[in-house]
Amino acid sequence: MSFKSAVITFPGSNCDRDALYYLKDLTKGVVHNIWHEETSLPKVDLVILPGGFSFGDYLRSGAMASKSKIIDEVVKHANDNRYLLGICNGFQILTEIGLLEGALIRNKKLKFLGKNCFIKKKFKNNFNLSIKDNQVLQIPVAHNEGNFYCDTETLNLLKNNEQIAFEYCKGEFSNTEENINGSIEAIAGITNKKKNVLGMMPHPERAYSDFHQSQDGRLIIESLIS
Amino acid sequence: MRIKILVRLKGQILEPQGKVIEQSLNSLGFTEFSNIRQGKLIELDLPDNISKEEKVQKIDSACKKLLVNDIIEEYEVLG
Repeated sequence: MSFKSAVITFPGSNCDRDALYYLKDLTKGVVHNIWHEETSLPKVDLVILPGGFSFGDYLRSGAMASKSKIIDEVVKHANDNRYLLGICNGFQILTEIGLLEGALIRNKKLKFLGKNCFIKKKFKNNFNLSIKDNQVLQIPVAHNEGNFYCDTETLNLLKNNEQIAFEYCKGEFSNTEENINGSIEAIAGITNKKKNVLGMMPHPERAYSDFHQSQDGRLIIESLIS
Repeated sequence: MRIKILVRLKGQILEPQGKVIEQSLNSLGFTEFSNIRQGKLIELDLPDNISKEEKVQKIDSACKKLLVNDIIEEYEVLG
């Protein structure tokens, strides 16, 4: 059975096309592109909320997009135990919807970070099955608000439920920091309790093709398909 | 009537913009200024004939639904 997926585009999304190619190339299945004003979503295995600056990041990153018409359908899709992946701005949207815990605030050093970063998996879930423990992935980040914050109670919950999917780590470049943006416990990606929804700041769709510096982003889709 | 809503990051959350503003002000000689935090002010009009209860209810509802993320922010209605 072929793997079906969809990418939602909001005004200001700028990684939606990358996400479409990422899914087309790696899943070989049907990929839909859905405009945020649509009120229905085809039955698919995976939905991606892509990166970018939806609605200009006005008010808070992801705030306006989380109220878009399509979101009710996205929530239904997640409640049906199907996969939902929010990348960068998509992660911010997922926290604003409330499908994921916590919030993403300004990077600790106030700088927009557009560079390669290194992550490894923390707890196992269906998005990182094909990644070995302690395997370091090189995946780019491009964000201003990627500093993951939650209160201590929520952090304990995330740990106890094994919801932390990825954490930043030291990589092969001497100038890379262990925690690039100041996130609590260097969190780079979390899932919901059921582990069918993942939000992550790094961009796997910018690390899969031969012309990319790294192909480590493939592992996420390969995990889901396997 | 004009409504002003002050939204700011909760006290325990790092507010790096305030820190940078503080450094700049200190370097300009405003050395007495400390603990600077930057927030945002949202202004809007509501009809004058609206009751006080309805006003409070509408503003609270708008803050909870969109204007404020209560995981990281708190708000105060001014005046």
